[in-house]
Amino acid sequence: MAKPLGTTIGSMPITSHPTTEHVKAGTATHCPYCALQCGMIVAADEADGVVRNVSITPRRDIPANAGGLCQKGWTAGELLTNGERLTTPLVDGRPATWEEALDHAASRIAAIRAEHGPDAVAVFGGGGLTNEKAYLLGKFARVAVGTSQIDYNGRFCMSSAAAASIRAFGMDRGMPFPITDLAEADAVLIAGGNMAETMPPFIRHLTLMRERGGGLIVADPRRTPTAAAADLHLQITPGTDLALALGLLHLAIAEGYVDDDYIAARTTGFDAVRTSVSAWWPERVERITGVPVALMRETVRLLGTARRAMVLTGRGVEQHAKGTDTVTAFINLALALGLPGTEGSGYACITGQGNGQGGREHGQKADQLPGYRRIDDPAARAHVASVWGVDPAALPGPGRSAYELLDALGTRDGPRALLLFGSNPLVSAPHVGRVIDRLASLDLLVVCDIVLSETAAAADVVLPTTQWAEETGTMTNLEGRVLLRRRSVAAPSGVRSDLAVLSGLAARLGHPRGFPDDPEEVFEELRRASAGGPADYSGITYERIAEEGGVFWPCPSEDHPGTPRPFLDRFATPDGRARFTPVAHRPPAEDIDEDYPLYLTTGRVLAQYQSGAQTRRIAPLTEAAPEAFVELHPDLAERIGVADGERLQVISRRGSASGVARLNSTIRADTVFMPFHYAAEGRANLLTNTALDPISRMPEFKVCAVRLEKAA
Amino acid sequence: MRLVVVGNGMAGARLVEEVRARDPRMPITVFGAERSRPYNRVLLSNVLAGTARPDQVRLVTPGWYAEHDVTAVLGTEIVAVDRDAKEVVAADGRREPYDALVLATGSEAVVPPIPGVERALAFRTLDDCRAILAAAATARRAVVVGGGLLGVEAARGLAGRGLPVTLLHLADHLMDRQLDPEAGQVLGQTLAGLGVRIKTGVTVVEVLGGAGNRPAGVRLADGEIVDGELVVLACGVRPVTGLAAASGLKVGRGIVVDDELRTSDPAIRAIGECAEHDGTVYGLVAPAWEQAAVVADLITGYRTGSRYRGSRPVTRLKAKSVELAAMGETHVDETTDSGAEVVRFSHRARGTYHKLVIRDDRLVGAILVGETPVVGTLTQLFDRGGRPLPGDRAGLLFPGVTGPPVADSPVRMPDSARVCRCNDVTKGRIRACWESGARDVEAVAAVTRATTGCGTCREAVEGVIGWLREQEGATA
Repeated sequence: MAKPLGTTIGSMPITSHPTTEHVKAGTATHCPYCALQCGMIVAADEADGVVRNVSITPRRDIPANAGGLCQKGWTAGELLTNGERLTTPLVDGRPATWEEALDHAASRIAAIRAEHGPDAVAVFGGGGLTNEKAYLLGKFARVAVGTSQIDYNGRFCMSSAAAASIRAFGMDRGMPFPITDLAEADAVLIAGGNMAETMPPFIRHLTLMRERGGGLIVADPRRTPTAAAADLHLQITPGTDLALALGLLHLAIAEGYVDDDYIAARTTGFDAVRTSVSAWWPERVERITGVPVALMRETVRLLGTARRAMVLTGRGVEQHAKGTDTVTAFINLALALGLPGTEGSGYACITGQGNGQGGREHGQKADQLPGYRRIDDPAARAHVASVWGVDPAALPGPGRSAYELLDALGTRDGPRALLLFGSNPLVSAPHVGRVIDRLASLDLLVVCDIVLSETAAAADVVLPTTQWAEETGTMTNLEGRVLLRRRSVAAPSGVRSDLAVLSGLAARLGHPRGFPDDPEEVFEELRRASAGGPADYSGITYERIAEEGGVFWPCPSEDHPGTPRPFLDRFATPDGRARFTPVAHRPPAEDIDEDYPLYLTTGRVLAQYQSGAQTRRIAPLTEAAPEAFVELHPDLAERIGVADGERLQVISRRGSASGVARLNSTIRADTVFMPFHYAAEGRANLLTNTALDPISRMPEFKVCAVRLEKAA
Repeated sequence: MRLVVVGNGMAGARLVEEVRARDPRMPITVFGAERSRPYNRVLLSNVLAGTARPDQVRLVTPGWYAEHDVTAVLGTEIVAVDRDAKEVVAADGRREPYDALVLATGSEAVVPPIPGVERALAFRTLDDCRAILAAAATARRAVVVGGGLLGVEAARGLAGRGLPVTLLHLADHLMDRQLDPEAGQVLGQTLAGLGVRIKTGVTVVEVLGGAGNRPAGVRLADGEIVDGELVVLACGVRPVTGLAAASGLKVGRGIVVDDELRTSDPAIRAIGECAEHDGTVYGLVAPAWEQAAVVADLITGYRTGSRYRGSRPVTRLKAKSVELAAMGETHVDETTDSGAEVVRFSHRARGTYHKLVIRDDRLVGAILVGETPVVGTLTQLFDRGGRPLPGDRAGLLFPGVTGPPVADSPVRMPDSARVCRCNDVTKGRIRACWESGARDVEAVAAVTRATTGCGTCREAVEGVIGWLREQEGATA
């Protein structure tokens, strides 16, 4: 009945509904946006170094999208030609030559470092950067600057799931199986994910699953398009996902769905977890989550009776001050049902940012070295130091996590200079009002970007860089498949790649060698640095990626086929067994009360991406999703006397934001939703809470307490 | 600070965990009269029904006490508190000094003083549960005495095991403390459909003897005999307050405590089903655990401002195929109580009875018999208390009934309706495409990119095209 797995990897189309768009001859590459990294062909006319008539068509040979693209993908070419690009460096707001700009930045960095020590210089990266950039950025911070103060916006993205996966499986490869396995499942639970809007072609895999008779369950406080398409929608109270997971495991045990043989053979620690969930009987969980017992029971029945089942988590359950424990609770559920490491089943984190997976592996994280190594592991330090040609003792230790780093900027003990790549924290960081002040108090802010983002506009030095289609690099998609994103059009004159910027700065800081600006040369070094680490890329080459349509890590040698399903035989723990960890529910860091009686939850809309720096500059996307809105229940709207389309002020203890009221009778009446893509008064992150997860240091983006007022 | 806890049930065990979570070093000694490690009493009905095994209800793993440096003295009853010496005295004469003492002695089953009652089995502890299951294995019929929450769960559980069960109840309808008469009747009807024979308004005067030491049935006040080789008593519980009373602490229905859960001796606190706070003795777990958290905050100094202000108990029946929730004021009748607004939906044929009690626009009580998707939302509205309800009360019971209509056919869909979300394509654009010559999905997709994202709108696009084709046929 089910065809053997493994045969669908690589180049098999998964949809029977191909598009008929005419395919121009062009470059086979990948989309600039999310972690699905849809394959696309980019073609353009070029004359006198000017790019015109960019056309984009979907590739069918990339399983993730198999011929599909969303509106963001189709329109991604607009930013190559629409005049929004930065093409000249800026120093103090005035155009400058590259030499002037780099000299200025480097000399200020050197001076601040000389006066206050290397940790006075901070580096901030992004999950959209290629593997090569992420790698070189980490090396630049530790070797050229010598600072421990480096982290990246992926901390705001998948860090909770990463921490939970490492705790349970010894390794974090977000989705430890090919995406095409989804179509073969009999039941899929998505906890806190809305792929129908965040990565639409992902839904094609679920559609195939459902056409085969599989059941889809979605847990989300909102009836998102993903939830609306599900067989079961668990419309949970914001901030209570952990209780839900505990209740589901309690029921799985009570109803006899636990896989005792699997638990005995492949795991440790179940006894303590079984005992701890005894306290989370379904009626108790119903009261906390608002999810009826009958729906929980049906969820467990679907998962428990499925021959192949998957538990997936997204930002909805991860972006909390208890995100790591919540994901752990969902992993415990998956383990009890015998799913992880079983062919066709499993647990996966649905990574968000374009290179969210690769970006967290190669050293732009505060506690990490390339190859997903720990920076406090002496063996890891020795290995990486030898590749870098430095003394292991000279490598700094772990630094501050993303929000803690931003929060410390310009304070007495904090960094005084910040170099920022591929991130726009003045829109995307929590409690953005505080971050505005922190950035303003810096002695030096250097921002590399392709457009004048909100953060670039606040910088002392702005360095205009190349974007996706103008440069080559590798991206590791949500499956852990390393892909090649090729240069497909010429860059406008006046811009340089991020690698070239790092190279230029490093040379000025006394490191004329060791920071090449050629991506493949950087990748070759990354291969050596990652060799032997959990995320081992040493067997991956540009040629192989091109030939094979991507290679799954770990891939320890050039004759190794790559690892689509890394946990089939053993988990990456010392004893090879997955670890159960008991966890307990706790309320949100900031619960609702009389003054702030509503939950705010934030998320994305289909036509915008992350901080909107790119997508807000693309006309069709701005037309489709023009401005910030506040989604609320008509009962709530009636109470405060606001009509659909009127302007609302949303107020939390940290700030006030505004948006247009959008009435929706499917949202919980105690919850309002705002997308986080917009600037100025529309910034949802003016409101969000900075309470951090104790393990992952993830801020509590997904729930805080607010009140509403009609805008004056 | 040495902490001694008397009672190792759900309240006592929870307190020990909460204290240890806040203070890894405080010396803790806990005494339990039962030999077994603490177990989840809430799940005993599931054990009786066979949906949980006895070994699945424990609350503490075997090694927990040793790992967390807690001295657990199980199977040892505390018989006295020497308040002057600040010591508790065990039945075996052992004395244990304390700086802080917490009584979590719980409650015990009420056993009616009727002849032959020793032949019946109470339903209160894990041991009771085991005994009932052993008897059920050989009994032909069972009688459950008491139609409160526990009696209903026991009767349902035994019936689910295939045993003919008669449920006897003193009042005129089941669960009369939580339910109004109609709800009680609907519940009775549902149980009857599941094989439970119900007799209300009856008094049991004797448990009759049969072969060996087993019962043969019970005799009712009117002389009727109800047969059964297993008689289960679920006649309610009473707080265990003997130790407190003998120690001179103030005792009402339970051990009287203030907002810091202190008894009349400030060094001694009481929590759980043995405690009486603000005139109320709670018989549910949630309040006991809330109290344990407050006591742990105060004893460890973790949160010195922590106070217990009472709970809003929600009763949720755990019985297969019987959905029932009851909370707050449920006996209100708007014909005699002008301040209350009552919303009811009753459909006895389907075993459904829903009642909401509203005061000043707030939900103050509810009964939900029969499955409903709103049980979670209503429970939370009751829990939170302060949130005003929407003017449309029907929407509380039937969400979506009053929502905006969804256009599901191409005819009713306005031109502005978005057909393809992924590529922002409206019905109007598809129509325009059609008018400029596109005749199938592929042609429409080539121009508009509809269907090329998540792919789920394909049928809708086909529907619009089909409708346009029909329109054209009709006007041609």
